[in-house]
Amino acid sequence: MSVAENQAAAGRGSVRAVAVLSSLGRFLVIAVTTYLGLLAVTFFIGRVIPIDPVLAVLGDRAPIAVVERTRREMGLDLPWIEQFYLYVKSALSGDFGTSVLTTNPVMTDIRRVFPATIELATLGTITGAVIGVPLGVLAAVKRGSLIDQIARIVGLIGYSVPIFWLGLLGLVLFYAKLQWIAFPARLDVVYEYTFTPITGFYLLDAAIQGQWDVFYDAWRHIVLPAALLGYLSLAYISRMTRSFMLNELAQEYIVAARAKGLSETRIIWGHALRNAAVPMVTVIALSYANLLEGSVLTETVFSWPGIGLYITNSLQNADMNAVLGGTIAIGSVFIAINLFSDLLYRLLDPRTKTG
Amino acid sequence: MSVATIQSRRAWLLSDRPASRLQARLGRAYVAWRRFSANRLALIGLLIIIALLVVAALADVLAPYSPTIGDLKNARLLAPSAAHWFGTDDLGRDIYSRIVYGSRWTLYVVILVAIIAAPIGLLVGTIAGYAGGWTDTILMRITDIFLAFPKLVLALAFVAALGPGIENAVLAIAVTSWPPYARIARAETLTVRNSDYIKAVQLMGASPFRIVLRHIMPLCISSLIIRVTLDMAGIILTAAGLGFLGLGAQPPLPEWGAMIASGRRFILDQWWVAAAPGAAILIVSLGFNLLGDGLRDALDPRSGDQ
Repeated sequence: MSVAENQAAAGRGSVRAVAVLSSLGRFLVIAVTTYLGLLAVTFFIGRVIPIDPVLAVLGDRAPIAVVERTRREMGLDLPWIEQFYLYVKSALSGDFGTSVLTTNPVMTDIRRVFPATIELATLGTITGAVIGVPLGVLAAVKRGSLIDQIARIVGLIGYSVPIFWLGLLGLVLFYAKLQWIAFPARLDVVYEYTFTPITGFYLLDAAIQGQWDVFYDAWRHIVLPAALLGYLSLAYISRMTRSFMLNELAQEYIVAARAKGLSETRIIWGHALRNAAVPMVTVIALSYANLLEGSVLTETVFSWPGIGLYITNSLQNADMNAVLGGTIAIGSVFIAINLFSDLLYRLLDPRTKTG
Repeated sequence: MSVATIQSRRAWLLSDRPASRLQARLGRAYVAWRRFSANRLALIGLLIIIALLVVAALADVLAPYSPTIGDLKNARLLAPSAAHWFGTDDLGRDIYSRIVYGSRWTLYVVILVAIIAAPIGLLVGTIAGYAGGWTDTILMRITDIFLAFPKLVLALAFVAALGPGIENAVLAIAVTSWPPYARIARAETLTVRNSDYIKAVQLMGASPFRIVLRHIMPLCISSLIIRVTLDMAGIILTAAGLGFLGLGAQPPLPEWGAMIASGRRFILDQWWVAAAPGAAILIVSLGFNLLGDGLRDALDPRSGDQ
């Protein structure tokens, strides 16, 4: 923790600073152990499970000299603990080895493909939150009504449906039959050469450069996969929102607000929802993390060149460096979102401060 | 059976002072069943799961064709008809028969994952809860670490290293799905750890091992069963996802996820090849979700309908 943060915390004095400090300390310990745990598991998968890790990386057709060199480069002649130390060191510096398939360093590949996944997952989460939160609120307010039943069924199906199958059916209907959307890819081939991405988020890039034809094309490609991920996140967010809102609506301050003569709209959207906001931020963050993971199957169906497709392509070619690098990349972001939403919850909700 | 005998049986079941252990247990089960069967959706879920079991058991009778050998010459990629209810796939195999046999593999996966992951979680959770102190801290830290991992991606990496196959898929899913069970078992253990009956058993000289095994674990079972049932849908979806990516069941096994993958190539023209197995996955997952929700409401009334 920096000196400035320390001073800022001390300046506020009293119990609160101690609580914040201890929760930050706890947070750091948890973050470090969880990340080490992730690396331990990927180390185990990459080095312990395969009978010969060199073979797993190079394949069985590599010349003997290359095999020997790689064995030394990977440090396989060292003791376990030292190997793990070196593994952690190189992982922390962003070195996950070289991909056999693309011949690039895995980190370079990941940097290239990650924005596509982020773009998809972000759009999905926004869709899920924008529809899911109001749906959950309405379901809680009109408990047992038609809209509650509909929300329940929509949620249950979202929890039960294989997303890749829904994606395939979506392609049959919206691409083949109705022709509302474009074929599975990120952009039409025409634009592949005329369009230069800046941030890697194509919708944003196209808008910045004012290339509205590219924007429209990118939109036609992203709309169905984003809608599917949005549906998954909607199922989760609406269910949790309903549960939080039922909790809030049973509180006494709602009765007080009614007695004061506030309108129902104001009570529900202004008071109850506002109090449920903190846990809901956590839920939305968690659903975002889940979508990053859910993108593996969705990207495969829609040939979306993100990290999910990168991992599955590497799997098919037994490219273990790339698979494990991708796993660590998704895992790190997943863990970070998990931990930060937990921290945010502790810092924002006054009830957890003195607890 | 007359009305009077039914009523006296009810009274016997609902008695405040059961005369035997059996009567008490049956009475409790009766109350739980009444609460469960009042929930229409839960009953539908139960029916779906019973249907799944029946179909898996009677697959040989129900399936009119072989699930692995097709008629390449005459029956390639036929549309649904009276002879082939769900059509045929690219190798001329009857899709309905393959789905019927596929139910066995779905059951195989969920049952194996449950009997591997649930005992691991139960053991870790009860030991952590009963022992307390450092044991608890370390075990729970490991649990939390696993809980913070992305499950599907980790399962993918495991299968990539172990090699594709349905057994390895089961192993990978089990390795990633025990942590919630450990959490639940620990929470249950903490609530009973300091109760009088545990003190009584301790005074009688029972070893910690015996206390955990005979007096604490049985109390964790019901909440564990609820959670496992609720997780079944997730397990089925993950297994199907692995199958879809070619990492789970290998051809010619009629596993539903792998069937969708093979139908993917013909999705635009012969959509039924992929449509039917996906619908089967959806229905069975839905069944487990409905059943799990119903069990939770019936056995654990505290959680209400939140």
